[in-house]
Amino acid sequence: MDMKVAKKLGLKERYALMTRDLAWDTTYQKMEDVFPQTTYEGIKIHDWDKWEDPFRLTMDAYWKYQSEKERKLYAILDGFNQNNGHLSVTDARYINVLKLFLGSTPPLELMAARGFSMMGRQMNGAGPRVACQMQAVDEYRHFQTQIHSISNYNKYYNGMDEFAHQQSRMWYLSDGKSFFDDAITAGPFEFMVAIGFAFEYVLTNILFVPFISGAAYNGDMAAMTVGFSAQSDEARHMTLGLECIKFMLEQDPDNLPIVQRWIDKWTWRGTRKLASVGMMMDYMLPKRIMSFKEAWEMYVEENGGALFKDLARYGITIPKCFSQTIEEKEHVSHQSWIGFYMKPQATPFHTWIPTPDEMDWLSEKYPNTFDQYYRPVLEFFDAQEKAGNRFDNKTAPMNCQVCVSTMKFNEPGDPMEMCFRESIYQGEKFHTCSDHCKEIFDNEPEKYVQTFISSHQVLQGNCEPDGVDVNAPDFKPGQDMLGYWKLDKRALGDFNGSEDQKNFAAWREQATKN
Amino acid sequence: MAIDLRTVSITPLRQTFGHLARRMGADKPASRYIEATMDLQPVENYHYRPTWEPELDIFDTRRTAISMKDWYALKDPRQYYYGAWTLARGKMQEVAEGDFELVDELGLAAAYPAAGKEEALKVFLPLRHVAWASNLNKAYVSSYSYGIAMSQAACYASMDQLGVAQYVSRLGLAFNDLDALAEAKTAWLEGAEWQELRRYVEDLMVEKDWFEVLVAQDFALEGLLYPLIYERFNEKLNAAYSPVFSMLTRFQREWFGETSKWMDSVLKATAADNADNKAKLAEWIKHWRERAVAALKPVATLAFGDEADAVMEEVVHNLNARAAKAGIAL
Repeated sequence: MDMKVAKKLGLKERYALMTRDLAWDTTYQKMEDVFPQTTYEGIKIHDWDKWEDPFRLTMDAYWKYQSEKERKLYAILDGFNQNNGHLSVTDARYINVLKLFLGSTPPLELMAARGFSMMGRQMNGAGPRVACQMQAVDEYRHFQTQIHSISNYNKYYNGMDEFAHQQSRMWYLSDGKSFFDDAITAGPFEFMVAIGFAFEYVLTNILFVPFISGAAYNGDMAAMTVGFSAQSDEARHMTLGLECIKFMLEQDPDNLPIVQRWIDKWTWRGTRKLASVGMMMDYMLPKRIMSFKEAWEMYVEENGGALFKDLARYGITIPKCFSQTIEEKEHVSHQSWIGFYMKPQATPFHTWIPTPDEMDWLSEKYPNTFDQYYRPVLEFFDAQEKAGNRFDNKTAPMNCQVCVSTMKFNEPGDPMEMCFRESIYQGEKFHTCSDHCKEIFDNEPEKYVQTFISSHQVLQGNCEPDGVDVNAPDFKPGQDMLGYWKLDKRALGDFNGSEDQKNFAAWREQATKN
Repeated sequence: MAIDLRTVSITPLRQTFGHLARRMGADKPASRYIEATMDLQPVENYHYRPTWEPELDIFDTRRTAISMKDWYALKDPRQYYYGAWTLARGKMQEVAEGDFELVDELGLAAAYPAAGKEEALKVFLPLRHVAWASNLNKAYVSSYSYGIAMSQAACYASMDQLGVAQYVSRLGLAFNDLDALAEAKTAWLEGAEWQELRRYVEDLMVEKDWFEVLVAQDFALEGLLYPLIYERFNEKLNAAYSPVFSMLTRFQREWFGETSKWMDSVLKATAADNADNKAKLAEWIKHWRERAVAALKPVATLAFGDEADAVMEEVVHNLNARAAKAGIAL
């Protein structure tokens, strides 16, 4: 029989055959019309074939692995739900972590799914396109499994039921929304630096490890399993982000200053976004894993530091904001928690004053700052609360025009002084929370003047529930914020005395005693 | 005898999320598909306009001429959220793997008659590039469509087409022939039989209206191509030689059978929403069907010789019947 000897293909060669060899340069339509977005940011790419595939996974293998993971994951979720697994968490305060997570994370994973789909369409090179498409479909997995794992908690506890409605309306969720809106409205290369690199590589561990470990430490098998199952996807995403940076830097020396500016910008934007992770670790987990400060040192200073050392050969320097983040790691979690405690009528999760034991833990973990700056505030609030005079800040906050955080961070080097910056653009004054946010604003003011800041919008009548006539003579803006947010009164305020607290105690009693 | 296994029963405060209770008209448990899909895409309070399309919002209904009272009416009858989709594809790939292994183990490719092999490969192998284009065009739909019902289904279909392109490539490898893949690429780029088809998919790569891309790529083109090649041509090869090609393209056939149900349901819901949609869909289908027929004719001739016209006529007839069933008069 006339038969050729099978040529044994190497892994790299075979993967190229399964991806980039499928592609061709279009001739009936111009390539620049098919891929119109990859030039306007100023990034120069001379040879897309130089892209090194960060992982080599064909669809058959992808479906095989992922379906095995899904089968296990959903079996565990079903068992956990059927067995009232929610009653096995350390204490009902833990559930507030899930409320914070549900509002802030699945909506952003969804934006990552849509954003990476766009990258998977817009990148000229077949290699990056396939890698981005795989990340897009993974991100669908992540937001969906997160919702599925928390769905059962929603049946029993307050404050989770309106996350989809609140994602674009709730004041404290606008920092995350603006983060992803900013990335997705940028060009494709900036998106890759923002999400693929800064978020998925530099900051992903500090975001997910505390959450997943927190779930594990506190008996939440549902969230823990979702997190662990997502980790192997995340490993792929990290390699994509890093490859993208290297690819841009290797293609043309002119790309360096642009990439550096984006790294500076997005590392800072990500850092601001992580303040709420800090308060989750230090205040909200009944059983703590480590302090936010320790996590920052391990995942950002050490790992991130090593990463930037590695990138130094391309001329990349450590992000400008790094030293400020190191100073802030001792402060932000306390400032955030106190900030939320002061707004008991405005969040769908509960707050509380740490117990004396917990305060001692904070003193031990934050020897330089806690006793000096934050314990006195918390003890004052505690005394006021016990005297029937619970602190309730009813004023609208002032927000940063870039990161949309409420202004609550201190002046570098001076913890007793609040930090404010301002810029003038076209005769109007804009406020920012820090030098880094100000720099971002000043670089692209035409973008950041658009930021949707609800404390401004509410005064313009743009934050009202359906059916409110903003032109009525007696209209007063912001009279029904709870209606606009669809915020259940039972979800507000103090954990102590809440329906969650009472129900959890009663149900646990029912489940464990005769 | 039924055994009554007992668990501690706690009465929930609510059955589902608020947005789903409002959508379903009652507080009742929602399926995982519903939970993973409905009303999740942001619709308001966007912070910034896209630098790549400053006249529109990040998600914007104006990216198509189609309008919907409810974009989530375009739901997927297969109820594919990620987990359901990947489990279904996991099973299909297991079967495909078994097929490829069996062909290899029994030496079926090597034993295939040389004439039949040549006849088959020259039709099948350029289709890896068609699937690749389909992957790109579906990624466009996924990126710029409105609502998660559409964006996720298009995302999964896009990944499916990458899988198809890879299965066709493996088909070439199973026949032990890297050269055949190279020849097929040359045919795709230069061969007269393939140029109208290549023009068709390249034109879709610059089409702005995502719904039109969906209609042209998924309904008009694939609605003709898949029955033509993966069904009729396979039947012809089966009769003349052996069912090896049918085995190694089983994924494509099953995929088409299943995905058409989604496509038909999308067309039906869209046409039912308003008369303008119905007219628009009819206009698009007629336009792209004519172009697809012209693009596929030379390929059909390659596959069926003198029979080409008759086979084309049959698949066009079936496509028209699908449109009619979706309520679209052509």
